[in-house]
Amino acid sequence: MLLPAMIFLVIFTIKPLLGSVLAFKKLNPVKGIWGSEWVGLYNFKVIFDIPNIDRILYNTVFIAVMKIIAQLIIPLAFALILNEVRKLWFKRFVQTVVYLPYFLSWVILAGIFRDIFAMDGVINKISGTIFGTEPVMFLGSNLVFPFLMVGTETWKNFGFNAIIYLAALTNISPNLYEACDIDGGNRWKQLLHITMPGIKITIVLLATLSLQSVLNAGFEQILNFYNPLVYESGDILDTYIYRMGLQNNQFEMATALGLVKSAVGFILILIAQKLAGKFAGYRIF
Amino acid sequence: MLTKYNKKVNIPNIIIYIILLLIVFTSLFPVINTIAISFSNSSKASAGVVTIYPIGFNLDSYKKILQETMFFNAFWISVKRVVLVTAMSFIITVLAAYPLSKEKKEFRSRDIYMWILVFTMMFGPGLIPSFLNIKDLHLLGSLWALVLPNLVGQFLIILVVNFFRSLPKELDDSSSIDGAGPWQKLFKIYLPLAIPILATITLFIIVGQWNAFFDGLIYMNKTSQYPLQTYIQQMVITIDPLKFLAQGGDISKIGATVSNRTLNAAKLVVTMVPVLVIYPYLQKYFVKGIMLGSVKE
Repeated sequence: MLLPAMIFLVIFTIKPLLGSVLAFKKLNPVKGIWGSEWVGLYNFKVIFDIPNIDRILYNTVFIAVMKIIAQLIIPLAFALILNEVRKLWFKRFVQTVVYLPYFLSWVILAGIFRDIFAMDGVINKISGTIFGTEPVMFLGSNLVFPFLMVGTETWKNFGFNAIIYLAALTNISPNLYEACDIDGGNRWKQLLHITMPGIKITIVLLATLSLQSVLNAGFEQILNFYNPLVYESGDILDTYIYRMGLQNNQFEMATALGLVKSAVGFILILIAQKLAGKFAGYRIF
Repeated sequence: MLTKYNKKVNIPNIIIYIILLLIVFTSLFPVINTIAISFSNSSKASAGVVTIYPIGFNLDSYKKILQETMFFNAFWISVKRVVLVTAMSFIITVLAAYPLSKEKKEFRSRDIYMWILVFTMMFGPGLIPSFLNIKDLHLLGSLWALVLPNLVGQFLIILVVNFFRSLPKELDDSSSIDGAGPWQKLFKIYLPLAIPILATITLFIIVGQWNAFFDGLIYMNKTSQYPLQTYIQQMVITIDPLKFLAQGGDISKIGATVSNRTLNAAKLVVTMVPVLVIYPYLQKYFVKGIMLGSVKE
């Protein structure tokens, strides 16, 4: 019964995984990866000579960490506010609406946001009419671009990310709130002394697990949003690997850089899973 | 007591409702704005004055789409891809999940297979080796390049495994006594009980495949082979700087203006429609499925 899964896994995942040895070779187009000549660590040395490698690394980690922080806090704040609503239909309505962007692709959302943030887009028009500001080229500004990436991703995912918090909130016993009420505790006191301790473990778990995405700044998103004007602030490891590998045909160097990224990412995942298991008893299966 | 409580929290309540309504507005505005633009008069849309309702309502951009054979070609490729991957991946996932949900004493090499799945999920192959693999298999430009690599979803298999393991063991034992083999057990007992999680993974696959654009971008050679999202990405979004300059464009204006605003908006809307149609189910089963999948024994 496992056979079909294993066949496809071997052909389309494990075989190319082994093909990563290209990082230690010089590709011979006729003989393919397996027949190519070994060159040791040459391709890895090339990586260090990439002119902007420190900039690319910085962009990757900066955008990724900002996203992690925003996506821990905003969904939590949203869940806490929503939890205060007593009218069930209103709660459902809000949830129905905010989950929607999660299911739309970055291609579509980039199309939408490029239009909204354009020089002649609706944002510039409104702020120009109300505040009299000059139009800003949001998607061409190195100052704005990383924050636009953090903002749009958080916007897309916050509703969905709040699901786990909301589930944790429903697990808190209503008796605790009643007891607090009788003791004269107001909403603020309830939040501090009942709600927050009740979901502390969930927050710790999500924070720990998010460690594994420190190198994932959001390839599909940035690929659809960026342009040469914002390479300085928006070019990340994945987009660089894509441009070098498939647009400039520097197969070996791109493979080597990809392998380094995968290896570091794998170590981060292991650490995160280990910590999550320790702090919150989490395991993947 | 109750009235006192209500009186005390009245003002915070209003603030909470206002904040939530603002959040709702923020979540919906980009989508509504795009829909409004797609139905608007072209010059009004170019001026950027359309907000949440169409100005100069007309159906011109949708009539234009009807004449674009490339758009429908791409749409059809996406449909084929979604149907093929969903059907094949569903079968593969269920078949793989059943033996993996057994205890180690029943299926001795279970842990080895499980670790293979988890390892390949955490340490995926790089972009270039994957591309060269598809090239070596002579699948570049073929619809199968968009289908076959997507059939094994390690995460989906683990979700179903976790669900199967949460079912009571007595079910399995008693059907063994009645003489049921593994196939009968899977189809007669496990699958009917697993409908919520199966609906979840099916929707996961459908949305994931419909939204995928990158494999189309790297594995397909011609625009006529692109699935819809890749087509949209190329036609609506990507601005090739060299082509832009060659056409006499000002490089400093890249990403600043959008031509053909209403037509592009209409294309985005049509691309969104399938997701919007299944959205009620998505909402229902995703939330349920996320919770079910996290159930551990």
